[in-house]
Amino acid sequence: MYTNVTYREIEGRSPQYFILLAVVGVFIALGLCAAYYMEHNGHHVTGMSNQIVWGMPHVFAVFLILAASGALNIASVASVFERTMYKPLARMSGLVAIASLAGGLTVLILDLGRPDRLVLAMVTYNFKSIFAWNVFLYTGLFGIVGFYLWSMMDSRYGMRFYKPAAFATFLWRLALTTGTGSIFGFLVARDAYNSAIMAPLFIAMSFAFGKAVFILILITTCHFTGRSLGRVVLFRLQRLMGIVLAATGYFVIVQHLTNLYMAERQMVEMFILFGGNVYSFLFWVLQIIVGTIAPLILLLYPRLGGNLGAIVLASILVVMGGFAQIYTIIIGGQAFPLSLFPGMDVSSTAFDATIGPYIPTLPEVLLGFSGFAVMVGIVMIAMTALRFLPLSLSDSVVDPDHLHEILDQEDGAVGDAEAKNFT
Amino acid sequence: MSTRCTCAETCQQAGSVPRRSLSCTTCTRTTGGSESTKTVGTMVSRRCAITGALSAFVVSHGVFLLLSKVVAAKPADQSVSRTIRWGLLVDVTKCTEGCSSCVDACREEHGWTGFGRPATDPQWIRKLFLKDRATGYAVSLPIMCQHCEFPPCVDVCPTGASFRRADGIVLVDRHICIGCRYCMMACPYNARSFVHETPRNQQPHTPRGKGCVESCTLCAHRIDHDRPLACVERCTELGHQALLFGNLNDPRSDISQRLASYASVRVRPDLRTNPGIYYQGL
Repeated sequence: MYTNVTYREIEGRSPQYFILLAVVGVFIALGLCAAYYMEHNGHHVTGMSNQIVWGMPHVFAVFLILAASGALNIASVASVFERTMYKPLARMSGLVAIASLAGGLTVLILDLGRPDRLVLAMVTYNFKSIFAWNVFLYTGLFGIVGFYLWSMMDSRYGMRFYKPAAFATFLWRLALTTGTGSIFGFLVARDAYNSAIMAPLFIAMSFAFGKAVFILILITTCHFTGRSLGRVVLFRLQRLMGIVLAATGYFVIVQHLTNLYMAERQMVEMFILFGGNVYSFLFWVLQIIVGTIAPLILLLYPRLGGNLGAIVLASILVVMGGFAQIYTIIIGGQAFPLSLFPGMDVSSTAFDATIGPYIPTLPEVLLGFSGFAVMVGIVMIAMTALRFLPLSLSDSVVDPDHLHEILDQEDGAVGDAEAKNFT
Repeated sequence: MSTRCTCAETCQQAGSVPRRSLSCTTCTRTTGGSESTKTVGTMVSRRCAITGALSAFVVSHGVFLLLSKVVAAKPADQSVSRTIRWGLLVDVTKCTEGCSSCVDACREEHGWTGFGRPATDPQWIRKLFLKDRATGYAVSLPIMCQHCEFPPCVDVCPTGASFRRADGIVLVDRHICIGCRYCMMACPYNARSFVHETPRNQQPHTPRGKGCVESCTLCAHRIDHDRPLACVERCTELGHQALLFGNLNDPRSDISQRLASYASVRVRPDLRTNPGIYYQGL
């Protein structure tokens, strides 16, 4: 039923396109300047220290890497789970995944103490390190998604590899997010991490963040290129994001309840949840209220089904909540001091038993935003070169057989919202 | 970083010399003897030649034996042995609260002077002050890299820059450290520092580099030359005797006998990292 779907490059000649590309270029340039400033002067010019060794760049990098994995899920839903209504979005899903991963890795690499030794990380491995495994998983994702895109876009030779490539991509992205979560899950010394739940938590987070980023890019692209976006696509994306966001919330609850149950971890949990500090604020206000409860209402409230404004707002809130969540995990987990001598009051000349202070600096934030700029830049340029997005995503193109009505009934959705064509 | 000895046929240290800074002192003496034999052999009698050669041999090897006893704990062309597990015992009952001489000695030895920014300045060894909440028992002790048998920092290092020597010393290869700081996240003892600024006051035996991670080397350069650790040396000089260094695998060593005689603990034994640093009196 998708033989009628016509994919087309975006023109990329409009003033808005060049203005946006220029803005992206400025952000990338600022990020490079920030990286040079940090490398030239040393990391003491950042907010990072010997207590908070991973800072704002890692928050951005992890968010983008998770978003990459999650964006790819749109394609997987279409191919692996046979929800064919998502198929017209699959190419763009792969593109956003590659672009987002590139942005995240750019930030991660430029924050290294010795980014000039990047090639060493590619030729010298310690296979016991989950970090080393992630080098393979990240670089492998570029290759495997590239192959997947080719199998979707080349109707002559590529189609026969479509299914195997789809399954391989799905499994690879699960492994990738498991690896990213395990970076923290394998840290035996830190009570805030060191848990097997970090892997599934990160998978759920990736679903939510990736979908939010993908939806924002999709709607923006359709808006600027004059492509229609029907209610069917919007509604399915809205419901899907609601479900994965609820799943994320579930894992968050399990994560914190587990830690609260363990006596040795109660202090770090109390610090994060009820410490009256920036992490408690970020957790309750941004992550839970702004980033979970509010978007859940916007995404799952029946009367808002297919409502473009609700979807855009929910996506923005999910992104904000996602940043808060990753910030709380990464920075909050480090800020709480290591327990070397349980049962003892400890003081020292080097910040033992004290909350690690951290205030993000401008270079760190600029470097982080440059990762976003890299993602947007790659998406913009790639879409002018190759056919990633259909000419139209209207209901008649996406769902000519009105399958959505059956699916809506199955899902218990109220189909009273007006169909919206967004041009 | 190794150089080949150029006198491989005559020198008993033939082979690789581990450090560029170490010169093969044996070579000049032994070859000197041989050359003198060749030169004079045509002019003097056979007896003189044999006597001279023997004398040169005895003298040169005597010097070599003397030097080898003074300079090296092991022949320089041999790698460190698995039969040794270096360890350190801290007797906290002898560790004075106001004293930081071990920290000062380490700083002077390795040149990790700070920049007046405590949060980012390196801290290879630090003094902790502990007070038992239940009993009020208070002590102070030094904490540094615990040189674990199963070091989490080594496990997580993506490039293998963090590594454990066969004799139990955990080190960072600064040539392949990319500065990702994952080892700092993984270290249960907060014992590692990131070089946040261009180091100054560098010492030849402890090369340091901005953007790399570093920690206590257990004065490996001193151990390899059979010299005491800087912190142990200073503590002993001051008469505190709070630090005892030795081979944990040798039951006759002082450290092993002390550990066998008195109860000791290690930091975070629940993590099963099997540290090489022991504490008595806690």
